[in-house]
Amino acid sequence: MKPTDISAPDYFHKVVDCQWACPAHTPVPEYIRLIAEGRYSDAYMINWKSNVFPGILGRTCDRPCEPACRRGRVEDNPVAICRLKRVAADFKDDIKHRLPKPGPKNGKRVALVGGGPASLAVARDLAPLGYHCTVFDGDPKAGGMMRSQIPKFRLPDSVIDEETDYILDLGVEFKGGQRIDSLKQLLSENYDAIFVGSGAPRGRELDIPGRKEAAANIHIGIEWLANVSFGHVEKIGRRVIVLGGGNTAMDCCRTARRLGGESVKVVVRSGFEEMKASPWEKEDALHEDIPILNYMVPVAFKHVAGKLIGVIFQKVKAEYDAKGRRNLVPSGEPDETIPCDDVLVAVGQENAFPWIEADCGIEFDKWHMPKVDTKTFVSTNPKVFFGGDAAFGPKNIIWAVAHGHDAALSIHKMLSGEDINERALPEVHVSSQKMGIHEWSYDNDISTDKRFKVPHRDKVIALKDIRAEVELGYDLKLALGEAERCLNCDVQTVFAAPLCIECDACVDICPMDCISFTENGEEDDLRQRLKAPSPHHDQALYVSGDLKTGRVMVKDEDVCLHCGLCAERCPTGAWDMQKYLIDMVQAGSTCQSKARSAA
Amino acid sequence: MTYIAKPKFHHPGLKKNELGYTHRDYEGKISTLCAGCGHDSITASIIEACYELSIEPHRVAKISGIGCSSKTPDYFLGNSHGFNSVHGRMPSVLTGANLANRDLIYLGVSGDGDSASIGFGQFAHSIRRAVNMTYIVENNGVYGLTKGQFSATADRGSKSKKGVTNTDNAIDLVAIALQLGATFVARSFSGDKTQLVPLIAAAIRHKGASFIDVISPCIAFNNHAGSTKSFDYVREHNDAVNRLDVLVGRDPISVDYAPGTVQVVEQHDGSRLALRKLDADYDPHDRLGAMTFLQKHAAKGQIVTGLLYVDPEAEDLHTHLDTVETPLNTLDEQALCPGSAVLDKINASLR
Repeated sequence: MKPTDISAPDYFHKVVDCQWACPAHTPVPEYIRLIAEGRYSDAYMINWKSNVFPGILGRTCDRPCEPACRRGRVEDNPVAICRLKRVAADFKDDIKHRLPKPGPKNGKRVALVGGGPASLAVARDLAPLGYHCTVFDGDPKAGGMMRSQIPKFRLPDSVIDEETDYILDLGVEFKGGQRIDSLKQLLSENYDAIFVGSGAPRGRELDIPGRKEAAANIHIGIEWLANVSFGHVEKIGRRVIVLGGGNTAMDCCRTARRLGGESVKVVVRSGFEEMKASPWEKEDALHEDIPILNYMVPVAFKHVAGKLIGVIFQKVKAEYDAKGRRNLVPSGEPDETIPCDDVLVAVGQENAFPWIEADCGIEFDKWHMPKVDTKTFVSTNPKVFFGGDAAFGPKNIIWAVAHGHDAALSIHKMLSGEDINERALPEVHVSSQKMGIHEWSYDNDISTDKRFKVPHRDKVIALKDIRAEVELGYDLKLALGEAERCLNCDVQTVFAAPLCIECDACVDICPMDCISFTENGEEDDLRQRLKAPSPHHDQALYVSGDLKTGRVMVKDEDVCLHCGLCAERCPTGAWDMQKYLIDMVQAGSTCQSKARSAA
Repeated sequence: MTYIAKPKFHHPGLKKNELGYTHRDYEGKISTLCAGCGHDSITASIIEACYELSIEPHRVAKISGIGCSSKTPDYFLGNSHGFNSVHGRMPSVLTGANLANRDLIYLGVSGDGDSASIGFGQFAHSIRRAVNMTYIVENNGVYGLTKGQFSATADRGSKSKKGVTNTDNAIDLVAIALQLGATFVARSFSGDKTQLVPLIAAAIRHKGASFIDVISPCIAFNNHAGSTKSFDYVREHNDAVNRLDVLVGRDPISVDYAPGTVQVVEQHDGSRLALRKLDADYDPHDRLGAMTFLQKHAAKGQIVTGLLYVDPEAEDLHTHLDTVETPLNTLDEQALCPGSAVLDKINASLR
């Protein structure tokens, strides 16, 4: 293999698994260290810059960082990154003075359709640069699906208000209660750019016999959640069936439990394991005495005189074909009828753009989705950009934020007369963490604590009040314990081949057997010859140049604890621990057109 | 040394030996030696050898004297018996322990100061008595703990870190061990674990006095130009006569060597040593030949490494003394003190 080019910004970025997995590339270990130091406001600001909604995401994020967390490959559970983000939000001081100020107006006007996370992220990036941003939303308050679809017992209004206000206070104009019905009309108002962040607002139907006849007691999940959120719905029947296995279904069933649903059941077509809902959301539902029944396909609604009395299910089983694809086939067992008073249908969400006229210059693909560039988020109309669920279908908040950053950058470039396709490389800082012979500026003593549980409100009390937040968040002691579990993967092991005398000290001390000195070879061959097995080929091998004996140093980045013992035991300083910080390019970053490389 | 303990976490894919242990289970405390010390690599090699042999840690007694080398038993086999004895007195303490309990595996760990100066006599007598042990000298040619004076194994003409030339002749512990009748004699290098680990494993399986001289560069005081025990010098002048694989049980001998180049030596306990010859003329069963070979190469400045001599039919001190099979420390009072009648009988036989 060729010697690893550690100056490529992506190399060390990938080693910070959590940051690499985060769509907004939040510098996770950096803010976790700040939490451990008690610097909650600083930790919050790092998050705010990257992901815009730390308090909201700290409660609701889909956490792509956690399955990626290196800790999860070393022991049972990853670091509770998401809930530590909430700690930063919960314990910060007043940070208003640290937020950007509305910039002097540059005379450019940007319209943002939809007041959810994508549009707000765009506005957050553009307003300080002097753009006049106008956000339109059909609901009276900003937040979009964060406000309408996420139950208050998971995400209180106060948190949404606080973090949406940080953005609106940048001089962003919010036009609540104004749903955009015509893009053509909006285009005629001569905005310099339009951003569509209108989400995936339509709940998928379940068209089976009885749907029309029993319509009064069959509700579409996201619509019903929005009605609950705005106080239009306050009750549901005693026996409730929720159809669907995603996070919306989990929100529906838990909400139903709080509105009078005594016997609430979730019924899914697939197996329990394959459900789309996040494992922790399933756990929370089970904890609230909501059984999840699997391998049951709804075939008809049973009704008497226009009144729903139950749902008929066909029992199925999973069969796998030669290609490993799963098919659900009838198991041959008799159909089962589950009696109920109400049904909540949460079987998916769809995009809907009835308000985009055919002659707006926006082309759609065969799935009726707008054709959007995956890097710049521009549509086929160069003035119109898409982001969030409106761009590529239902995802989650953190993706919407990431889209927002990229779209804002495109809009800023376009309106500055630059080529929106030319994206600058992120700025990278690498600095040694050595303070003394055995002293590092980070805590390299590895905690062996298991993941700490987030305290929950007592179930009896929680189920009585739909607005009582269930998760209470870590207290400071738990937060410190959990923060200590972070392996500081951003403090990189940097190897200088010319200094190495091949004494093996690093090999002997490495607790994870990451380091080998061996003859060079092709990657597949090298992976066979390392000191410990190397099963994760997506994890890089760090290969040095030739050493004196003709061998090379090969480090498997996979399970490195970043404990720095290799550097402590190295007599010549060939190993050093260097902190890697990457500044993702956002609209308004200082060096936008200048590509930077690692130090 | 480091301030933090080595993290308990280990690689999730580590292989386990027959006892279900990983090599991490054979570790001791974290080393307090200087960063890069060759001794730490010898420690790692002992750990690896014990892991590969699936040795039960509580069946091992590790005994040492004084010096950097003699600190190392604290860094391996944390669950074994240990005795850190007086300077140069490891061989006597080991001999005594071995006589009291012949069932343990004895690892004697010493250095060039401990064995070639203050304990030279002790070293000599434990070898000539054929104590069943693995005697490892971690040889760096320098007194590291007292800041770098030449030791008795420093070569004449080699230079100290301050530039002083050594005018004394060196003691070659391997030559002495051969002369005194050690039945397993090897030399290796801390920077070459592929050679060292099998040698340690074979020595542990050998019944009789096994001696391994391991050249172990002292990073702080003896790794400079002009030293003959530096990483660079040893790598340039290393003349390995053979490579060794230890085969325990019925594992077939791997056949990826050129035919005729592998010599199999079967030891008393059934373990087999597969010796891959690097020097076609070298015969590891020829004690006299080995001594001559060593001297010739030493004169040329070459460091001969590998398994230099092995006697597969070796006997140990217990055989010579015809002691009972049961370890003396487990005999009951009746067996140990059979009473005055028996004493009278013995006395009578001697009149």
